[in-house]
Amino acid sequence: MKTGRLKQILLLTDGCSNHGEDPAAVAALARSQGITVNVIGVLDDRQNSRPQGLDEVEAIAEAGGGISQIVYQKSLSQTVQMVTKQAMTQTIQGIVNKELQEILGKNQSLEELPPEQRGEVVEVVDELGESSALEVLVLVDVSASMHHKLPTVKDALFDLSLSLNARSGSNDFSVYTFPDPKHTILQMVDWTPELGAVNRLFSKLNSGGYTPTGPALREALYAFAAKSAPSHLEDGEDPYEETGW
Amino acid sequence: MKKQAGNFSPGHQVLGRWNKHPYIIMEKLGSGACGTVYKCRSTRGETYALKMGTDSSRMMLEVNMLKKFSKVQGEKLGPSFVDVDDYRMSGGHQLPFYVMEYIEGKPLPQFLAGKSKEWVGICAAQIMGDIAKLHEAGYVFGDLKTDNLLVSDSRVRLIDVGGVTAAGRAIKEYTEFYDRGYWGMGSRKAEPSYDLFAITMIMLETAGAGRFERGSSPRKTLEQKLAAAPVLKPYRTIIQNGWKGKYKDASEMEKDMAGVLLYKTPSSTRVHFRADQKKKTTDSGELTAITLLSVLLMGGSLITFFL
Repeated sequence: MKTGRLKQILLLTDGCSNHGEDPAAVAALARSQGITVNVIGVLDDRQNSRPQGLDEVEAIAEAGGGISQIVYQKSLSQTVQMVTKQAMTQTIQGIVNKELQEILGKNQSLEELPPEQRGEVVEVVDELGESSALEVLVLVDVSASMHHKLPTVKDALFDLSLSLNARSGSNDFSVYTFPDPKHTILQMVDWTPELGAVNRLFSKLNSGGYTPTGPALREALYAFAAKSAPSHLEDGEDPYEETGW
Repeated sequence: MKKQAGNFSPGHQVLGRWNKHPYIIMEKLGSGACGTVYKCRSTRGETYALKMGTDSSRMMLEVNMLKKFSKVQGEKLGPSFVDVDDYRMSGGHQLPFYVMEYIEGKPLPQFLAGKSKEWVGICAAQIMGDIAKLHEAGYVFGDLKTDNLLVSDSRVRLIDVGGVTAAGRAIKEYTEFYDRGYWGMGSRKAEPSYDLFAITMIMLETAGAGRFERGSSPRKTLEQKLAAAPVLKPYRTIIQNGWKGKYKDASEMEKDMAGVLLYKTPSSTRVHFRADQKKKTTDSGELTAITLLSVLLMGGSLITFFL
């Protein structure tokens, strides 16, 4: 059985969108294109109550078929790698469940199998998680309130790369930030198998006082589409690269 | 996606949907990221540990590992496996659970409190001995930490095999303090050296340093904590060798530990000794057997565990 390439958008934000279209609707669109949307809400370490705007975090991930988690900066690294891996497993399980239904009939899912057989199926899912190719587009909210959290975000992304590169399957990461006055999102790191060597990440920031999460997700979706587009676009010297497509 | 794992009070009966075995909850033992563990009793009066979770796949993977390691080379590495089933709640949704041997014991830090200082080394050597069997079988423990250990009759036992990973794959789960990746000391690939790093962290933790932050230069922090722990002075070279990845697996590290525990020989000379004279392997084999036995004898004369 093959799962093809697993595609994910990982959105890191700390607040409510206040500009443009509904991000949950765009996440649903992404899901229909086979791209899972995971969302992590990053709290300040001294923040002790859950801000209201973060309800949106769950809504976006749910619509995007992904996983959401609201965390303090301190546990960001561990959460980022866990959410990404869990979402992978969830996607693979979805595919496996579909196959099961084709073989065993409707309403049949992993949970409905007796434990013995379930034990065999989860080994298959686990193996696919280890060996599948994964593409993650990281979309980071760099609006003013996120600025002091960005060093932690950088650590977490390095850590994500460390975790995923321990797998035998291939990885591809890219990093975008938003808002960007010209193109909504700005490419920080082009597709790369490792996020380790990225030192200048988030060096030049350009943020206004608005958070266009919906439009940013839509641009991320286009960036993904451009990646899998015919090969003439993937040539290294692409003149359109700087425009962020 | 998010389900409640349920919180069962003593006296509650959990009946398996498939195997129809009932278990009476006695008390809650603890809860972690993927489930809650209860002490329970079967209808025949036996006491077991029952883990109830939410993520059915993850629970099944754990069961697969438990089954595998209940019988590695005839020696128990984790708790033995008893039963796996689903519990259907009154609301209709079901929770996966499994039942295993109940191990009565003390957490390692609690056990070491008030004991003489060589116990830190003895316990570390015991852990290395158990982990060595796992390495020999081609697996890596993964999430090795004090929370996953219990001391039962002066013998350290591994109680959670959920993180056991086939060598060469990605580590399934980890805890930052014990994770060499977090400290910038290596990858998150399941290699024997991954476990050895975690053991050195258990040694630092139990030698009085507790769990500490990595700070701005993690490697320096580690060296400083090691230098500041007098209890670990005899094992300093061994720990540093572990950090440098000089040991192929846990059995090599255990040999050096046993050497220090028995003869107080600095490990560096012993490593030389072995590297220089390959033909003396039978000698060192015998030595290992003797040292192992002595470690066990010191460990509370529980030879029965070894046989």
